[in-house]
Amino acid sequence: MPLRTKLEARSLTKSLAAAAAAACLVATAACGSKAGEETAAVESCVDTSGDTVKVGSLNSLSGTMAISETTVRDSIALAVKEINAAGGVQGKTIEIVAEDGASEPTVFAEKAEKLIREDCVAAVFGGWTSASRKAMLPVFEDNDSLLYYPVQYEGLEASENIFYTGATTNQQIIPALDYLAETGVESIYLVGSDYVFPRTANAIINAYAEAHGIEVLGEDYVTLGSTEFSTIVTQVKSAGADAVFNTLNGDSNVAFFREYANVGLTAEEMPVMSVSIAEEEVGGIGVENIEGQLAAWNYYQTVDSPANGSFVEAFKAEYGADRVTSDPMEAAYTSVYLWAATVEKAGSFAVADVQEAADGVSFDAPEGTVVIDGDNHHVSKTARIGEINADGLLYTVWESEGPIEPDPFLEGYDWAADLAVTE
Amino acid sequence: MKFFTTRAGTWTGFGAAALVLFGLAPLLLSGFRLGLLAQFLCYAIVAVGIGLAWGRGGMLTLGQGVFFGMGAYLMAMHLKMADAEFRGGPGAVPDFMELAGIRELPAYWAPFASPAFTIAAILVLPTAFAVLLGLAVFKRRVKGAYFAILSQALAGAFAILLIGQQSLGGFNGLSRFRYFFGYNLDDPVNQQMLYFIVAGVLLAVVAVSLQLRRSRYGELLVAVRDAEERVRFLGYDAANVKVVAYAVAALFASVAGAVFVPIVGIISPASIGIVPSIMFILGVAIGGRASLVGPVVGALAVAWAQTALSEQFPSAWTYAQGLMFILVIALLPGGIASTAAVLKRIPTKRATVEATT
Repeated sequence: MPLRTKLEARSLTKSLAAAAAAACLVATAACGSKAGEETAAVESCVDTSGDTVKVGSLNSLSGTMAISETTVRDSIALAVKEINAAGGVQGKTIEIVAEDGASEPTVFAEKAEKLIREDCVAAVFGGWTSASRKAMLPVFEDNDSLLYYPVQYEGLEASENIFYTGATTNQQIIPALDYLAETGVESIYLVGSDYVFPRTANAIINAYAEAHGIEVLGEDYVTLGSTEFSTIVTQVKSAGADAVFNTLNGDSNVAFFREYANVGLTAEEMPVMSVSIAEEEVGGIGVENIEGQLAAWNYYQTVDSPANGSFVEAFKAEYGADRVTSDPMEAAYTSVYLWAATVEKAGSFAVADVQEAADGVSFDAPEGTVVIDGDNHHVSKTARIGEINADGLLYTVWESEGPIEPDPFLEGYDWAADLAVTE
Repeated sequence: MKFFTTRAGTWTGFGAAALVLFGLAPLLLSGFRLGLLAQFLCYAIVAVGIGLAWGRGGMLTLGQGVFFGMGAYLMAMHLKMADAEFRGGPGAVPDFMELAGIRELPAYWAPFASPAFTIAAILVLPTAFAVLLGLAVFKRRVKGAYFAILSQALAGAFAILLIGQQSLGGFNGLSRFRYFFGYNLDDPVNQQMLYFIVAGVLLAVVAVSLQLRRSRYGELLVAVRDAEERVRFLGYDAANVKVVAYAVAALFASVAGAVFVPIVGIISPASIGIVPSIMFILGVAIGGRASLVGPVVGALAVAWAQTALSEQFPSAWTYAQGLMFILVIALLPGGIASTAAVLKRIPTKRATVEATT
């Protein structure tokens, strides 16, 4: 290799100056709209002239969230298969374009854009973590497309371009608190993973507790995926609260409940109310560690309704008798049907028509009838408190009187006035 | 290959690269693909820095995510401030803070309303941090695996630190940027402009790297890599030599992070921790760490393969990617850049083995 072919410093400076000048030239010639100016509307490339219509299924199939999100992918595929068997939407067969969000927000944003702009899908189903939803939101708004998001979340959001078919806080957390208060709980201890959902949930719980005379004896956060709980569980034990409110997510639950059982705490003595543990997770934690504990959701596999009977049966026939169905899976399954029903009502796949027609669209879902609220794009849902049984399934011990209207900004609760921020 | 080391060859190389980046790519690629390429070019900018620090200087920096993240968060703070100011006037609180229940703008956010301050911070802060860290580490003669472990731990710690900062978006990070120095980000024309900016930055960064490699300093750096003790006995301070390369790599990573943010639209701890830092290194290793264009080619190839494979096989692409890494490392230990040298060797096995650096 010849050493030191000198490129004089001066010539480099010169070339950099030339490059800068060229960049300025391009810059002045080729800049688009400035802040405050309207950007030209994005042309949708959705093609509905053929016999098929494409939709996207965007779930993490690799990475830490894959274990949860692949179950959602399966139920989306099941719903599409059933709708196609019944004649499709507007007479067209639905075709799924699957993409892997890889448990990373940037990948979710990238793949969402690919589905909208390259595959020209009419709608996208998927997303799980709030981080993934927040990453996708601008993509759907900028490209004026639709996302159906199937997981319970922290609320305080309402985008024109997203339909939220999981529970918002007043359909899950507040009913769970109501239930605890009803059963005579006067003090609680909060344990959660350190990210936006547990923090928001606990802010709501603190406000609720203050207004309802419940004492919060402690509030602890661990980093996502942390499995070190001996200190926290010891504190929980010595605090002696009437109940624990658990917003831990993922693997942390396994370690938490094992430690909880280890120090001799039981469901009778100090029940744990969890908002992220469903049928899928119970197996991983081990039934013996968690039997008798409580969970708050809108759906359990054991819900007794004809619609759920056929859903569970169809799911097991498709994917195997050992599989279970859970709340996010049911919400995802429901979201596909809601989209199809909205398109049928609108008589069109166009985003504006679907948004226009969405209000009042209902579906006889496995969890009971759900109705879309056209103002905030959430759905009405029945809240259910479940108890974990020895067979690993959850059984409803309490349910709300009928579906609860969605209130993502908690505008209907006086004690939450300081929390809610309207957009 | 010799041609490209001459002066005329250098200009030809840059000319060809400029032609591809500024002419062919915008002509052939759709708006979405061009946006993806812009994202990949950001990784390539980081890779050029790693090529300098690791390929030439022998410092295995497993923590470039720290500097990438610094640049990205600094830029993201400015974009959020500009957005808040546009919606609610001066002193308004960015939207995500309102949701997190933060009513008062934290003091350290305020200066980022100024574009000039932000750009200065992006250029100075990560570089200064790298200099301080470099001095602390290299003066103590920490090197090899110890340095690699230390830099990786730093990336992990940085990500954990950010997750705990609600005033920086916590686990979700910062997203939903609407304007870039006054221009609408949802306008395709402006998105293409961002691509041109990144492409220009990449060329500039490669030019700087080339200049450093060909200077006396570049030779000293290689000498430190190959025989640090000897360089020290000759009277040079090897630590200072390494600090410069480390700081330049940090600067490149920071600039890459800063342009990454408006292009991708989100920055979160997931993009800057240990795994992304290792992906940066992988690209450089695959491309050929010691050559000038190897890191760029490798970073682009790894990112492109990841996207292409995951689009083709959404549920099995990780296996294909792993296989690709194994094949490249096994068959081309010098990276993609050494392909020509390896091919040359095959027919005449008895020919003397050329040094590939």
